[in-house]
Amino acid sequence: MPTDPAASGLPIDPAAARSDSHLRIVWVYPDLLSTYGDRGNLLILARRAQARGIDVETIPIAYDEPIPRSGDIYLVGGGEDRPQTLAAQRMRADGGLRAAVSAGAAVLAVCAGIQLIGEYFHIDGNRIAGAELLDLRSDRGESRAVGELVGEVDPRLGLPLLTGFENHGGRCHLGPAANPLAKVLVGTGNDGKTEGAWAGRVIGTYLHGPALSRNPALADLVLSWALDVPLTALPPIDDSWPERLRAERLAAVLPR
Amino acid sequence: MVRAQLATALVRTAARLSRMTGRGDGSVIGGRIGLAVEPRLLTVLARGRQVALVSGTNGKTTTTRLLTAALGTLGPVASNSYGANMPTGHTTALAQSPNAQHAVLEVDEHYLRTVLAETRPRVVALLNLSRDQLDRAMEVGMLADRWREVLGALREQAATPGAEPTQVVANCDDPLVTWAASAAPQVIWVAAGQRWQEDSWVCPQCGAHLKREGVDWACPGCDLRRPQPTWWLADDDTVAGPDGIRQPVTLQLPGRVNRANAVTALAAAALFGVRPADAAPRLAEVASIAGRYATVERDGRSIRLLLAKNPAGWLEAFDMVDRISPAGAPPPPVLLSINARVVDGLDTSWLYDVDYASLRGHRVLVTGDRRYDLAVRLEVNEVPFEVVDAFTDALAAVPPGRLEVIANYTAFQDIRAELGRAN
Ligand SMILES: [Zn+2]
Repeated sequence: MPTDPAASGLPIDPAAARSDSHLRIVWVYPDLLSTYGDRGNLLILARRAQARGIDVETIPIAYDEPIPRSGDIYLVGGGEDRPQTLAAQRMRADGGLRAAVSAGAAVLAVCAGIQLIGEYFHIDGNRIAGAELLDLRSDRGESRAVGELVGEVDPRLGLPLLTGFENHGGRCHLGPAANPLAKVLVGTGNDGKTEGAWAGRVIGTYLHGPALSRNPALADLVLSWALDVPLTALPPIDDSWPERLRAERLAAVLPR
Repeated sequence: MVRAQLATALVRTAARLSRMTGRGDGSVIGGRIGLAVEPRLLTVLARGRQVALVSGTNGKTTTTRLLTAALGTLGPVASNSYGANMPTGHTTALAQSPNAQHAVLEVDEHYLRTVLAETRPRVVALLNLSRDQLDRAMEVGMLADRWREVLGALREQAATPGAEPTQVVANCDDPLVTWAASAAPQVIWVAAGQRWQEDSWVCPQCGAHLKREGVDWACPGCDLRRPQPTWWLADDDTVAGPDGIRQPVTLQLPGRVNRANAVTALAAAALFGVRPADAAPRLAEVASIAGRYATVERDGRSIRLLLAKNPAGWLEAFDMVDRISPAGAPPPPVLLSINARVVDGLDTSWLYDVDYASLRGHRVLVTGDRRYDLAVRLEVNEVPFEVVDAFTDALAAVPPGRLEVIANYTAFQDIRAELGRAN
């Protein structure tokens, strides 16, 4: 199951060894990119790792700090127009995130984050260059996509239904090197048909904020990539509350 | 004018009928009917009165109530005291108090432009701006831009001969409010505090990263910085104002945020010529606002109701819970109730913007339509909790004594209905 990091299209630099004593989760620019409870994904990943006896270091990187290259997981959140533009400029100038992905790190980018890690996106009619971790480009949709989203995840990832909330004006167009994360059953996602994107160990999704609160298996997938183990190697943990939340939300929005 | 008279009469009749038939307090339906007959009814009704507007994300209902109490020293005051804070509600409030020379109107932050233009207020009090129901509201940065435009237009009004200038009272601790208000020709700055800072890291003027030091903040990239306040909280019970004013203020309402709201109310009242010494005793009389902060006795339980609609509001509510834990005794149980119906905002992701750690040590119960969202959140936060299906189950689960209830909008209304419209 661990997929080939080279599939993201970035060159691999084997010399950039990651830490093996503990799991390092880097939260990229929380001061710019934390509009919809984005902290939730950090807390959930850390907790699920700790529940498996793994030591975790969480590293918030303010936008005027360099992004370390030695992280295992990088989280990119959502932001309003001005902060999103500033974040894209800093991320490109910094280069740390690209270097980390080349070294095999996992990335989860949500909401505006998926646009940020593409080739470019649009704000106020201006094209803004992104961090270029995924082969996708974003423009503005005719209307804002707001509401519940449910999707059938790419079967190669081995995950149950994706569920969450989306709120975005952008639309994503994937190039051949990026795979849709899911097929949309309810909601809009990238374009009304597909939702999110993945390649190698990089995932982008329009599910915003605490996307992992309803998708514990997605959290575990990211953890398994970061730990270089198959998803099935992670010992199960008590997910009765997240499962009840999933069941309640899916029942509320899926056509009967 | 006849149309306006007819429309005014219709507003009152409709509001009365709506109340009698138990379909609410009538402030929305009455105004809607009146405005249908005379679209300029709000303008007509506001003419000749001294109006104050209160707007912001949080605290506007409370501050409106406090300012109304303060202006009560001058005579009757018209006010939309049920929180119907759009033009229909304002129209009803004015129609129902034809003889009030003063009016204090709570204004939804998205309606500031309209209501400002129609009521030509003498004072506008601006409290704070933070994320609130983002799935349907404008992003908060855009809202600040919009406010700035509206307030900047007051300069033209101020330059018009004979026009009464509008004075702005604004919170200098909130960078977004400061940026918006500084476009106005006259601003009285109040240090009303900002516990929630997650929406103002970035300079609204130039996009640079704001620097903060204690309460002070400044932009390294441009000239935007915290203005010197004229009014502030000197300590827990004293409001400081211009010319050496030191006014003791004791409130029944809990929390530092309500003391800050009192500072804003005193500053705004002073612009109407009400001295803080005369206003302060009036503020002390306010005990609850549409059920908020009210304590209701039921089956041996003293249930205190706190409304919190967004992350900033939840942080303030936790502060209030902390304050009323009696020393030495076990802290009271806390019931959290969350819905995500249309008026609440359909999105619950803001639950992760709030840190619940300060509730550890309390027995925490969880209910509401979206109790599972809250359960997952508290589990991640390592706050032990119990999920109950309904408010009455929570009541049965806790022993006689105090129960703190924090709920968002429709969850709060549901619980009030359960308790029989407690005031
Ligand atoms: Zn600036």
